[in-house]
Amino acid sequence: MQKLLLLGDEAIAQAAIDGGISGVYAYPGTPSTEIMEYVQASKTAKENNIRALWSANEKTAMESALGMSYAGKRAMVCMKHVGLNVAADAFVNAAITGANGGLVIIAADDPSMHSSQNEQDSRFYGKFALIPILEPSNQQEAYDMTRYAFELSERMRIPVLLRITTRLAHSRTGVECSNPEKQNDLKLPDNLRQFVLLPAIARKQYRELLGKQAQMEAASAESGYNRIIEGSDKNLGIIACGLSYNYLLENYTNGKLEHPVLKIGQYPLPLDLVNELYESCEEILVLEDGYPVIEELLRGMLNKGKTIKGRLDGTLPRDGELNPVIVGYALGKKHLQGSAVPDLVKNRPPKLCDGCAHNDAFLALNEALAPYGRGRVFSDIGCYTLSALEPLEAINSCVDMGASITMAIGAADAGLVPAVAAIGDSTFTHSGMTGLLDAVNNNSPITVIILDNSTTGMTGGQTSSAFGKIDNIVRGLGVAEEHIKVLKPLRKYHDENVAVIKEELKYQGVSVIIPRRECIQTLNRRMRQKAKAKTMNI
Amino acid sequence: MKKDIILAGVGGQGILSIAACIGLAALEESLYLKQAEVHGMSQRGGAVQSNLRLSSDPIASDLIPTGKADLIIAVEPMESLRYLPMLDPNGWIITSINPFINIPDYPEMEDLMKEIWKLPRYITLDANSMAKDCGSIKAANMVVLGAATPFLGLEQSSIESAVKNLFKNKGDEIVELNLKAVQAGRDHALKQM
Ligand SMILES: Cc1ncc(C[n+]2csc(CCOP(=O)(O)OP(=O)(O)O)c2C)c(N)n1
Ligand code: SF4
Repeated sequence: MQKLLLLGDEAIAQAAIDGGISGVYAYPGTPSTEIMEYVQASKTAKENNIRALWSANEKTAMESALGMSYAGKRAMVCMKHVGLNVAADAFVNAAITGANGGLVIIAADDPSMHSSQNEQDSRFYGKFALIPILEPSNQQEAYDMTRYAFELSERMRIPVLLRITTRLAHSRTGVECSNPEKQNDLKLPDNLRQFVLLPAIARKQYRELLGKQAQMEAASAESGYNRIIEGSDKNLGIIACGLSYNYLLENYTNGKLEHPVLKIGQYPLPLDLVNELYESCEEILVLEDGYPVIEELLRGMLNKGKTIKGRLDGTLPRDGELNPVIVGYALGKKHLQGSAVPDLVKNRPPKLCDGCAHNDAFLALNEALAPYGRGRVFSDIGCYTLSALEPLEAINSCVDMGASITMAIGAADAGLVPAVAAIGDSTFTHSGMTGLLDAVNNNSPITVIILDNSTTGMTGGQTSSAFGKIDNIVRGLGVAEEHIKVLKPLRKYHDENVAVIKEELKYQGVSVIIPRRECIQTLNRRMRQKAKAKTMNI
Repeated sequence: MKKDIILAGVGGQGILSIAACIGLAALEESLYLKQAEVHGMSQRGGAVQSNLRLSSDPIASDLIPTGKADLIIAVEPMESLRYLPMLDPNGWIITSINPFINIPDYPEMEDLMKEIWKLPRYITLDANSMAKDCGSIKAANMVVLGAATPFLGLEQSSIESAVKNLFKNKGDEIVELNLKAVQAGRDHALKQM
């Protein structure tokens, strides 16, 4: 088979296509976005009618995938790690219903928070939901494990979680693909009550899930993704999970290690293998590119056994992603350092593009709010979050998708009036709509600014579920017509825009202001495509 | 054969096309390759880098260890200095001297150049005007790629076929322009080495 040069994300997408999925469901989020984008661009996926559209959020994506699994077909759902918080209700309960067609969930974690607000480890969710977890160490394994995950899911009738991290997601290398499979036929679950989680049925289903744990562990021992690599120096045994295995090998020329290593790629952990390593070595070093999940289990609450080294005893840093140097230090290796960065090298923080509509919107908001003083703007996640930094310094919160409107409600309840919420269009349909309904029902004195740049800007300009729908959604949720104002965020309308915002800040109920102008990047891309289409026609 | 390369620039400057060319050329020579890219947040005018590793043997880590990079290829002079801790004591810096100024405290050009000139091994080039001479300033990153070619350990013919491959959809004229840009960069580096 031919080798393709693929990102980790793309390897997963190609494996899912080859693995006979009928649909992929996702909401964008770095570092998971390229999985869906690859399927969307794939000719094979199109020919095979694989459903590949963005969902409104991770929960709707997870549920749609579960529905496809109910109908007997293979489905994949992809998200960044914090997306799993949003999808958690569906995710945890999908473990209780179990799967019919193969159901694979991809969670892309972001240790070191390259583009995220935390570095939570999705393996905790997998363990919480009591389902198998796969953790590839490289792009080839990402491909192979995705193929295996569908097979495992159908064999055990449970969803399977595949956990990757940023480095694997966004690193490119040659990947060998294997023979494609056909899609499943439509097939209802044998038991039509399998997905009805009434307590009496749920209890039975839960016991069934518990009963499968031994099988899951057996699968972890048999799959080949967990294995001991022998080594003669048993003073130290090493457990290397996922990507950390590469960082370990990097420290030994030709990959020749003197210590025994247990390479982990599948959970629940195969106890026999862990025990074999533990019994044969004096000390254990645990390498995990994420939280100290295994390390904590091995230490136990009282830490009375053998010395367990890792993130909890300071051998490795407690936070942040691993790399070959950090892992080398943990093994007592010395690493070169090039020369220091000269002082004159200055930070270059990300910022809004020149001409970005958000800039004009916030300049107007800042001016309108000036009489009230700073500290009243609750915001959300997207390009507009960059307005927290100089020179705008316009917003005062960014917590989780949708939190702007609801935090403004609480602050207004506490007496902070006016309170302002500033939220992007995609974030609004992701998780802002229900909060706005709360505000309407509360008659909260808040001003909600929905920054409509007609795209999902931060993650690269994916189609926004909100496109063309915001005004009607806002109306439908019950915001009074005279307090819905659409602005054109351009410098030449600055004074008018300030006046409108000032007026609404005075209103003692819910008002919604919608600055609407397309994202410059999306606009440029659209223009380029248009020009290209035109030349092709000639 | 083993080359560890840091590509550096500012989001939107096109370091990924340099990476793509080197990657295609390495594939043509059946080398192993790993390329860690930066996506997401930092693309908005922030500092971006990519770790590119080529080797005749399988490569373990996607990330280059500090002090091990053979080359830093930068399309911006301040960015060329940001990754110095990664550079091997015998490594080279290849950088454009055209500044991308989008911060208020960008250093004086003169001071910046002095820092670069302190390094033992560097190639500096005015990639923008060289690209303009070849036909378009847009080819500046290909000029920088060209200046790096004497250090890559790849056949020049593989690089050229990679450039052809990468730009073939844009027509013969664009292919020619970019090939010219690569050659101009290469000639410059060979003279300055
Ligand atoms: C739960 C969750 N899902 C996804 C993301 C990733 N994410 C961050 S910002 C963003 C896009 C926001 O788009 P929009 O609200 O339209 O604002 P814009 O970037 O266009 O200004 C996404 C998808 C996240 N941080 N959290
Ligand atoms: S990508 Fe679009 S929304 Fe984001 S900063 Fe640039 S112009 Fe603004």
